[in-house]
Amino acid sequence: MIDWAWIAGHLDVLAYRTLQHLYLTAIAVAVGFAISFGLAVLAVRRRPAYGPIVGVTGLLYTIPSLALFPFFIPITGLSDFTAEIPLVLYSLLIFIRNIVAGLDGVPRDILEAADGAGYGPRTRFWRIEVPLAIPLIVAGIRLAAVSTIGLVTITGILGDRFGGLGFFIFEGRRHSFATEIFLGGLVTIVLAVAVDTALVRIQRRLTPWARAAIR
Amino acid sequence: MGSGGNPLMELISAIARWFDDPAHWQGAAGIPNRAGEHLLLSGAALLIAAAIGLTVGTWIGHTGRGTRLAVNLANLGRALPTLAVMAIVLPVTAAMDPELGFKVYPAIIGLVVLAIPPLLVNAYVGVSGVDREIVEAGRGTGMRERQVLWQIELPLAVPVMLAGIRSATSQIIATATLAAIFGGPGLGHYLVEGYAQLDYPMMWAGVILVAVLFVAGELVLAAVQRFLTSPGVRTGYVLASADHRARAIRGESA
Repeated sequence: MIDWAWIAGHLDVLAYRTLQHLYLTAIAVAVGFAISFGLAVLAVRRRPAYGPIVGVTGLLYTIPSLALFPFFIPITGLSDFTAEIPLVLYSLLIFIRNIVAGLDGVPRDILEAADGAGYGPRTRFWRIEVPLAIPLIVAGIRLAAVSTIGLVTITGILGDRFGGLGFFIFEGRRHSFATEIFLGGLVTIVLAVAVDTALVRIQRRLTPWARAAIR
Repeated sequence: MGSGGNPLMELISAIARWFDDPAHWQGAAGIPNRAGEHLLLSGAALLIAAAIGLTVGTWIGHTGRGTRLAVNLANLGRALPTLAVMAIVLPVTAAMDPELGFKVYPAIIGLVVLAIPPLLVNAYVGVSGVDREIVEAGRGTGMRERQVLWQIELPLAVPVMLAGIRSATSQIIATATLAAIFGGPGLGHYLVEGYAQLDYPMMWAGVILVAVLFVAGELVLAAVQRFLTSPGVRTGYVLASADHRARAIRGESA
């Protein structure tokens, strides 16, 4: 059923594609987070902006990935941007919802206590609001990272230059070679579960007080 | 081709011409057949996932056993990318049936794995969230366990369960497009072949058709939800808080 010798003979390609997968994921998560953080802070400060921001990012989220990846080819050619722009767009909704929920969840009386203790708006934001929002922010990073790892496989539709581990799935399909398809799927799942587990650890370490509340 | 100038207007008119072409409404690759395949594939996956997820979730909610296991499984299921699930089961299914085991079975399994977490978690939250006093009152009037389950817990859990079914259905309809990667059935064909042939109007027609099915599914399920919910349970607050709890367990927020 599975040609293990073929897998053993392709470990170098596997290593390269795994690194490519992590690279594509890391850039998308980092850029997506930076954009989302800005938009989330805007949405928290100016409530009327929240509806449109979530509406637009939610609409983007419903476009099938098989269509959104090819969409930017006429503009960006076959560069990393072609894969990264949709990956970033898909991460926005997940991030923004979680960051807004985290910032919204900071209790009023804590904010008032901070004001009373003489915190200015900026120090209050970075020293009080952001740390208390971390459990939900990291939960958002987890969701976004895992979802992005899955989406990176689909960038394989763009051609052999892309795909990370999805490369094996798309090449295996062309040759009707089940072993290669299997390899791409298996290592993607290992990667997704490993990253999810690692982020849970980080989440626990960053917020020891919330140990019971999360999960 | 177009009147020059705006490329977006040209694309839109090209998509309109694509829909206008009678050839695209006939045969195996025509819109009615592809949409039918898409619904069949989605429906099959939803039925299997519901049989597993709703049963297990109800059992856990009713007995209170295996709660931690359910939450962990739901979290794991959420972490599994659908295309990757399709890929790892493909060697087994393809060995069983070289045709359907390549094109259809992996897609169904991938979609079932995708849909089980929302179904299971919402069934569990719905049943376990029924006010214990009502359940005890039922037992006090001499109801048997089976009657408590069927006449009290399940009717009261229906709204939360249906919220899970809606969430599962919309995820399935959108994700079923991936079946086309392995040459399988459904509207994903227009996306994969549209890209392979650089036929962008075809690709965007596919996007529009998936969106139409998506919205149609939402409308049908909203109607079903209204029809099946007992008038006494139609209090928005209860549903909102239960759905919130289910989402929290699934790791989503808001």
